[in-house]
Amino acid sequence: MDILNALVAFLNFVFIPGLAYGSQLALGALGVTLIYGILRFSNFAHGDTMAFGTMVTILVTWWFQSMGIGFGPLPTALLALPFGIAATAALLLLTDRAVYRFYRKQKAAPTILVIVSLGVMFVMNGIVRLIIGVEDQNFADGARFLITAGDFKTMTGLTEGLAIKTTQAVTVVTAGLTVAFLFWFLQKTRTGKSMRAFSDNEDLALLSGINPDRVVQVTWILAAAMATIAGVLYGLDKSFKPFTYFQLLLPIFAAAIVGGLGSPLGAIAGGFVIAFSEVMVTYAWKKVATYLLPDSMAPDGLLQLMSTDYKFAVSFSILILVLIFMPTGLFKGKSV
Amino acid sequence: MIVVENLHKHFGGFHAVDGASLEIRKGSITGLIGPNGAGKTTLFNVIAGRYQPTSGRVLMAGEDITGLPPHELFGKGLLRTFQIAHEFGSMTVRENLMMVPALQSGERLWNAWFRRGAVAAEEARIRDKADEVLEFLTISHLADQKASQISGGQKKLLELGRTMMVDAKIVFLDEVGAGVNRTLLNTIGDAIVRLNQERGYTFCVIEHDMDFIARLCDPVIVMAEGKVLAQGTVDEVKNDERVIEAYLGTGLKNKVKEEAAHG
Repeated sequence: MDILNALVAFLNFVFIPGLAYGSQLALGALGVTLIYGILRFSNFAHGDTMAFGTMVTILVTWWFQSMGIGFGPLPTALLALPFGIAATAALLLLTDRAVYRFYRKQKAAPTILVIVSLGVMFVMNGIVRLIIGVEDQNFADGARFLITAGDFKTMTGLTEGLAIKTTQAVTVVTAGLTVAFLFWFLQKTRTGKSMRAFSDNEDLALLSGINPDRVVQVTWILAAAMATIAGVLYGLDKSFKPFTYFQLLLPIFAAAIVGGLGSPLGAIAGGFVIAFSEVMVTYAWKKVATYLLPDSMAPDGLLQLMSTDYKFAVSFSILILVLIFMPTGLFKGKSV
Repeated sequence: MIVVENLHKHFGGFHAVDGASLEIRKGSITGLIGPNGAGKTTLFNVIAGRYQPTSGRVLMAGEDITGLPPHELFGKGLLRTFQIAHEFGSMTVRENLMMVPALQSGERLWNAWFRRGAVAAEEARIRDKADEVLEFLTISHLADQKASQISGGQKKLLELGRTMMVDAKIVFLDEVGAGVNRTLLNTIGDAIVRLNQERGYTFCVIEHDMDFIARLCDPVIVMAEGKVLAQGTVDEVKNDERVIEAYLGTGLKNKVKEEAAHG
């Protein structure tokens, strides 16, 4: 039995990847939940909004790289991020002007808005593929590892290595900062409070002199920032492919709903619940088990509950369980 | 103060407000009464910008305000409360009041980040004002409670308090007394009279409690079936044939009259 090595294997293959993936999902779910809370519809275009923001960031990153601008050991994409956010915010505000506002003025039912967002999704989908293509794009640069497995082994003398990729560290730190900023914004600033008031009770907010147009604009800008950051972090950690981002919609919505739609805290919790479930269900536990169990009991199989091909089934199952047993989610969002 | 001219609001074939014309005098506490379904609340909703009228006009101090959105009417000093009290449930009672004054400097993103001092000073001022209002309404002890947790009557007081956070010109109160006990109702009544006398608010009050109306309101406007039926002092209105008929129906009215004649 070798608890230390088992723990390191667990950290290396389950905890750290789960933490990074969870942070990405949480940021994505925050955008979805924000739009649901304030504009009152499920925005299916969010995955492709992430793709658009990431695409702009990648293009600017390439431009920076061609100019020889770098960010030391950190990915250049972080420098390009503000440009991606600005472009995405502009796109969303434009979309709102051209599409959503019309339906808002008509006081269209949320289901109609959902379908409208589906249409917007296809358009964004097309734009992204037209500009950058459907292929995988790898844009991570800078130092690859914060700690390599080899260094860790020589440092600690353990047989099991612990590798922390730069992108994983960047993901967790950036996500932490973004979430801290968002909560400060919602709790402390007058605009944030207006948004919460609007989400609590729209009629009363209007009668308190809160300008709905401004609340809507700020919501889109924040959603654009959250989506772009989430998309870029995911792309850095894995790679960028438009179709993958479209698929991300499922775990992101699962996260938002599990946490309770409309609840920012819930979105974060939901993100981690979904991410860790996915990673834990699809991880082959053989290695950890071998360290923990005596030799005679060492497992023959991989001890993998499901192959990674089925990872989306995990979010689906959790989504269904939550909808059956806790329809308002862990943090009592608006009922779905 | 407010003039409503031949206002119509139709929902499909249903004429909720059907050619109502009325005037609310500056400085008055005007009562708006009528049987259920008379169109009182719909009239409020149209005046306060929640619904667009089908036709007709609303004037405020001579200016056409027909169909303006609620937050712009708020800027002009026209405020309202709801029949079923609304509140921002996730915020405290004090924060609910602090939400009200529109166009705070902290609302601009630039100021929120780069002029923290000025924003903080303004917040402190608004906070003091909120505490003052809570004192006035005798609910200071509730300041830090979540607004979703206070009682229905206290929510009504909170609604009234919201109108005191800014210099309102006219306030529309929709059944402030509904579901409120006598003592609290008196507190609300006192607050309305004081606001009317000390700060010059004009009020328009929908209420079913006739004692409450009789104590506060002059004049009283009676609505029935989307139209204005009668207008005058409480006593005039009470003895108006058409009003009694609207409330009781023809049969009952005759019966009451007969009994009066025999008795």
